[in-house]
Amino acid sequence: MTISRTSQFAALAMIGALALSACGSDGGGGASGSTIGGQPCVSGEIKASGSSAQKNAMADWINAYQTACTGATINYQANGSGAGVTDFSNGQTAFAGSDSALKDADRPAADARCAKGAAIDIPMVGGAIVLAYNVSGIDKLVLTPDVIAGIFANTITKWNDPAIAAANAGAALPDATIAQFHRSDSSGTTDNFTKFLTATAPSVWTYDKGKDWKAPGGQGAKGSDGVTTSLKSTANSIGYVELSFAQDASLAVASVDNGGGAIEATSANAATTISAATVAGTGNDLALTIDYTTKTGYPIVLVTYEITCEKGLDSAALELTKSFLTYTSSDEGQSKLTENGYVAITGDLLTKVRTSVSAISA
Amino acid sequence: MSSTRELPATPAPTASSGIKGKSVRRGDTVFRGLSRIAGIAILLTMSLIALFLVWRSIPSFTVNTANFFTTSEWFPDQTPPVFGIAALAFGTLMTSIIAMILAVPVGIGVALFISHYAHRRMSAILAFSTDLLAAVPSIIFGMWGLEFLTPHMQGLGQWLNDYLGFIPIFRNDLGQYSKSIFIAGVVLAIMILPTISALSREVFTQVPRGNIEASLALGATRWEMVRQAIFPFAKPGMISAAMLGLGRALGETIAVALILSASNSINWHFTEPGGNTFAANIALRWNEAGSTGLSALIASGLVLFIITLVVNVVARGIISRHAEFRGGN
Repeated sequence: MTISRTSQFAALAMIGALALSACGSDGGGGASGSTIGGQPCVSGEIKASGSSAQKNAMADWINAYQTACTGATINYQANGSGAGVTDFSNGQTAFAGSDSALKDADRPAADARCAKGAAIDIPMVGGAIVLAYNVSGIDKLVLTPDVIAGIFANTITKWNDPAIAAANAGAALPDATIAQFHRSDSSGTTDNFTKFLTATAPSVWTYDKGKDWKAPGGQGAKGSDGVTTSLKSTANSIGYVELSFAQDASLAVASVDNGGGAIEATSANAATTISAATVAGTGNDLALTIDYTTKTGYPIVLVTYEITCEKGLDSAALELTKSFLTYTSSDEGQSKLTENGYVAITGDLLTKVRTSVSAISA
Repeated sequence: MSSTRELPATPAPTASSGIKGKSVRRGDTVFRGLSRIAGIAILLTMSLIALFLVWRSIPSFTVNTANFFTTSEWFPDQTPPVFGIAALAFGTLMTSIIAMILAVPVGIGVALFISHYAHRRMSAILAFSTDLLAAVPSIIFGMWGLEFLTPHMQGLGQWLNDYLGFIPIFRNDLGQYSKSIFIAGVVLAIMILPTISALSREVFTQVPRGNIEASLALGATRWEMVRQAIFPFAKPGMISAAMLGLGRALGETIAVALILSASNSINWHFTEPGGNTFAANIALRWNEAGSTGLSALIASGLVLFIITLVVNVVARGIISRHAEFRGGN
């Protein structure tokens, strides 16, 4: 009895000490004076939902924000972009995460949710879609858009196809059938990958773009983790996944040659493409048009947005939403992306993002 | 069944005193009321679910530009919307049929062995393990099917193609044997096996001792006894066991969603990747579906609901036709 009492007391004392030291590291002492991303903390509670592609980034950001600002609770449910936009339009959430900018069909409902003004798309998390493969003996692989389209349209079926060999001089490509994997569930990754194919290889890729895979052949797997699992267990396979999943599964990834030389699938090269995207939205709406034919950056990228009200967000959610998005678009917030296998927003585009966030008001 | 037979033994308390008898009668009224409410609640729940499905699926029927019953493609959110349940119905029925072909004989065999062949201790262990199999969550079966079974089915698929390839359902022109309707069917078979065997076992143990002993006394071997005494008595129970299993197979979602390659096309080569089912399609598309997409998925859910209802009604019909055997002795 006495021993357990003592140990209980010791444990309590430890917890107390830890709590005290945690307060000290905040640099302000107490919730009121704390800062995050160069701005004062805001307390309160908001809900958000949507894109599962930005789930890990959100988890990291929310963790950092709530650690620094003890009075804040942010709840992000990664239930998919479609569901996220619906939740936002129904007024259940303060902002939605989405793999694509608001569609014309969804815009009226989203605008109506904002008491004054319109809903805006703010690009926040970039990503690279990589071609991960599992072919023994091939450490380096270069693919052109026509070859990628050929593989996924099933017109190129062998690894030693002359079209693949032409881009990979000297590589010992095996005489094996290509096992091609795509997503079996509806996904923004498929949407962006097929957008790339329709933009760069229209003569080979004749299956249109969209969240659902439309080409015949190949094998479907559920989720990016499902694809990487299948790739690892299947020899001579190739599939498209987000960069972080390929890294986690330690799969080799192909470089892409858009006609200006092979470009490696790295976070930095993808950032070049995203920052060069043109803004298609008006005012503070930053819906982007990505140039998939770029020769200077890694071309297969996706941008996920936060969708919220420019004006007229309910007062309970307004301050915390604005503060949280200010943090995520700060240098501190964006630097967390690269650590997690995402792609940061950079350059002029980041300046525009910050302007849009600062325009959020009652 | 056994409980109804025990009922006549209960009027003991009424015999002791008149006052006590009254209080029991009041309890009877309360209990009758409660059970009536429970019964009505079931009917109400069913009809409300049906109403919800019809109500929410109407918007998609009005915008669909293709035939809902004969189209295989599923693109409800594109303009114009094109979607239909042909491939889903095909995949759902085929995976379930494969599962039934594999699971019903094995399940009944397991039940017979436990109830009439195995040593008492052995049968207790076996009964316990089949019940345990029923408690394994379906996502575990899905992961096992995807990560373990799929790579190991290559050889069997190849063998079927090499020796039975002249039958279309065993032919494989792709040389890929993973993520197929066949593998999904095998996993479903394992999932419904405990349901079928546990229920059949219950029925087998209720066969009146007299029937069995009479059959054996007439000089029947054990197998003849099973055919003469056990099967006729247990037939309705075996059918409902199989139907409950079929119900689970038709509606199984996540395991199938993980295993199938999920292409919405009708392919009779069962060992090739592809195929999709109602439930798996809903699981795979729900999160990213737009308003028409959600409505279309609910419409497909309505069809599954009706199929399950029809299966159960048919099963009821078969059982009532064999009802004369239920009395046994």
